[in-house]
Amino acid sequence: MAAPRVVIVGAGPAGVRAAERLVAAGLRPTVVDEGMRAGGQIYRQQPPGFTRRPEELYGTEAGRAVAVHGAFAALAGRIDYLPETLAWNIEPGLLHVARDGVARKLPYDAVILATGATDRLLPVPGWTRAGVYSLGGSQVSLKAQACAIGARVAFLGTGPLLYLVASQYLKAGVEVAAVLDTSPASARFKALPLMASRPGLLVKGAALMWKLRGVPILRGVTPLAIDGDDSGVTGIRVKDAGGREHRFAADAVAMGWHLRPETQLADLAGVPFEHDALSGLWMAQVQADGRTAVKGVYLAGDGARILGADGAEIAGTLAATSVLADHGIQVPVAEVVELIGRRAVMDRFRRGLLRAFPWPGHLAAAVPDDTLLCRCEAITAGELRRSASDLGAPEVNRAKALTRVGMGRCQGRYCGPAGQEILAAARGVALPEVGRLRGQAPVKPLSIATVVPLGVEDA
Amino acid sequence: MGLVIDGEPATALAGDTLLTAVLTNGRQLRVSEFGDGARAGFCLMGACQDCWVYTEDGDRLRACSTPVAEGMRIVTKGATWPRLG
Amino acid sequence: MHQSDVIVVGGGLMGAATAFFLRKRGLSVTLLERGLCGQQASGTNFGNVRRQGRFLPQLPLANRSREIWGRLPELIGEDVEFIRTGHLRVGYRPEHVGMMEAYRDNAAPYGLELELISANALRERFPFIGPEAIAGSYSPNDGHANPRLSAPAFARAATRAGAKVVENCEVISIERGVEDFRVETKTGDIYRAPMVQVSAGAWGGRMAAAMGEPVPIQVKGPQMGVTEPVPYAITPVLGVTTKDLPEVIYARQVTRGNIVFGGVGHGPADLDTIRARVRPEVTLQQFGQLKRIVPALAKLNIIRVWSGIEGYMRDDIPVMGPSAKVPGLFYAFGFCGAGFQLGPGVGDVMAELIATGATTTPIEPFSIARFAEKA
Repeated sequence: MAAPRVVIVGAGPAGVRAAERLVAAGLRPTVVDEGMRAGGQIYRQQPPGFTRRPEELYGTEAGRAVAVHGAFAALAGRIDYLPETLAWNIEPGLLHVARDGVARKLPYDAVILATGATDRLLPVPGWTRAGVYSLGGSQVSLKAQACAIGARVAFLGTGPLLYLVASQYLKAGVEVAAVLDTSPASARFKALPLMASRPGLLVKGAALMWKLRGVPILRGVTPLAIDGDDSGVTGIRVKDAGGREHRFAADAVAMGWHLRPETQLADLAGVPFEHDALSGLWMAQVQADGRTAVKGVYLAGDGARILGADGAEIAGTLAATSVLADHGIQVPVAEVVELIGRRAVMDRFRRGLLRAFPWPGHLAAAVPDDTLLCRCEAITAGELRRSASDLGAPEVNRAKALTRVGMGRCQGRYCGPAGQEILAAARGVALPEVGRLRGQAPVKPLSIATVVPLGVEDA
Repeated sequence: MGLVIDGEPATALAGDTLLTAVLTNGRQLRVSEFGDGARAGFCLMGACQDCWVYTEDGDRLRACSTPVAEGMRIVTKGATWPRLG
Repeated sequence: MHQSDVIVVGGGLMGAATAFFLRKRGLSVTLLERGLCGQQASGTNFGNVRRQGRFLPQLPLANRSREIWGRLPELIGEDVEFIRTGHLRVGYRPEHVGMMEAYRDNAAPYGLELELISANALRERFPFIGPEAIAGSYSPNDGHANPRLSAPAFARAATRAGAKVVENCEVISIERGVEDFRVETKTGDIYRAPMVQVSAGAWGGRMAAAMGEPVPIQVKGPQMGVTEPVPYAITPVLGVTTKDLPEVIYARQVTRGNIVFGGVGHGPADLDTIRARVRPEVTLQQFGQLKRIVPALAKLNIIRVWSGIEGYMRDDIPVMGPSAKVPGLFYAFGFCGAGFQLGPGVGDVMAELIATGATTTPIEPFSIARFAEKA
């Protein structure tokens, strides 16, 4: 039996560990990654010439980051690595990629989609102003560019990342105007039983709160508006849990409500989706070992389930073992059992986090009519609601066709989750009933200058 | 590194993304096509597509994932497409 | 029990417009749509309101339809973004110029005036056109509209005019009784009417076959794409006069700025899974043709591709008119990827035919009888 051709999309923790495991089994996988260097977003490497130490870049996770970078470096010469390459489309057995204006087809017997995650967003009046950034992006800016998004930054959203990035900004010498959490303090106690699955992380969380002492922290807030003028952000207004309004002067806002998996390729590959009631998100159906209902298509890392970077490493190795097993290459049973066990602990913690820091669907549904929902096409929440009330749109794809919400450059990545809430509320139906935006190629904008080189046949 | 932003000379550090380079020199990257004002990027990781800028030649660059290069000529206050003969 | 004068099966642009015009003529009408109105061919096509280049015997119908497009939005009370922009086809080789001249001469008796433009004038008037184009044929009164909005808007207008429009209601059988047709739906409902129109697009072939009139129909998907929004610079709808499918490209810019395009080939479509796919290699081939017709497009990105389910007849001519076998049964389907412009006219003509038994616009070339004769 010929060695299977395996393509991995993504060189973050999941993709790197998947490649490592395949190489260990004697395969030579192809790794396609949009980034210039491996590491993904979480362990994003600084550009050549930047010389900050790992501890400065990755904090308490420096050890893991160095290990992942080291693991990838050790694979040099034993994988085919295509950096700065966009996987823009997929068909059965063929991954379509483009790099520097040249398109290629990569035939595969197995493809591991380790596509990572992006911030999950909620529109707030003023969120399109210059100076408002995604929470994850604000962290990337600090890590990869040694650059803060502002001199006095307010943090809005929920989840551990909110506090983590705020503390990183503080440490970098940036003034943190406030940390504004939409989750009520009470949610955290209810989630303790699940979160106790990873006591170490709970301790890290407590340490984080200590670092943020002195910073105004409000829980259970309702965002009102991000204020600004022609040049950008000037402040943020929220209502606290008791209904009192607060305003914080700031020249930048970082906002995010957990992460959402990047599932475009899985969707285009035909992987079925299911609605996850806990997160309110549509998720690609995937087994703990990375297998999907589509032959040859495997998912790993935050692109499948948001387990964090260490969980992604496990998921990457697991997906690789599934690929190996499916192609008749022996994998020790004990290895798989152990990995699945560790993954289960992380999944339990993930569910705890979602309870402790719940997605505020009610806030999404209550976004004012004149607030821009779709950043790309500048479509307001009210226009989406009118597609339900006046035009009878029963689900999000119809609403998209009628209003353009989700039709822009980002393909609904940033308006999709909130748009579902708004449409469901406008129709008075449960969230799953309005469906999800179907994926459409290209996964990201593709230049018309892209050419198919003549006479080049891929192996 | 030298570049030109809206006709004005500007400087940037090697290793900067184009986004960092432009925003170190000003507060906007582009103007929304639909009349709702200036934009300065959002996700900073190549996903939201809200940081595409024009060059003086009408080329399109995603600022957050493009390394700044010597001599780039960037337009943030309008569109330069199509530039015809 | 649901009774009406007419049952329209299929809520694409043809069916929705027919329902609307039947109400204008005072007939009671029930429209049964399997999914949502205008989801497939009607909603996913290019949006061309083009007469230039059509099969000549189709021009009277196309002219009637163009006249109706010109009365929107007043006629239906909703804007479907129709604008008269002109339609420009270019040719790359001398034989294309010959084709353009012949078509211009043959279309003139039908009242379609086309202007042939030389290479120099072409670039002067339309400076974005690429250097390979050696001539153009310009139809000043053609234009484009938004297909995503059009069929739903006609369906809502029909509803406001008193039609009963039922969505999510798949027809599973049509039977001719003594007085009425009996139409049964998957939802278990029975609808009755003395007249039925099948305007079920690519699914029309199965229904016609079930009524004893099989037709040679192939199911395919258009290969569409759209660029990011850029300043409005390309006014006319663009196309190519050629016999070679690989160099067929069509493009139009909406006033918001995006440039919609299609061409080069088709993709697979499936009536049972209700899915149509864009072949990635077609998208890449389209890039080559886009750069050829408008070189400045090389600067832009595409942000989305899509397809839908279209029915193509073997002879590339739609099926439209009365059944040759079953009294009271009418057809309007199989528009071969070129039905959008015709839609309002088809609705008007079919309503006329159903209400009066005759049409003032010739539709004989589209009769389903042409397939029976050959059999």
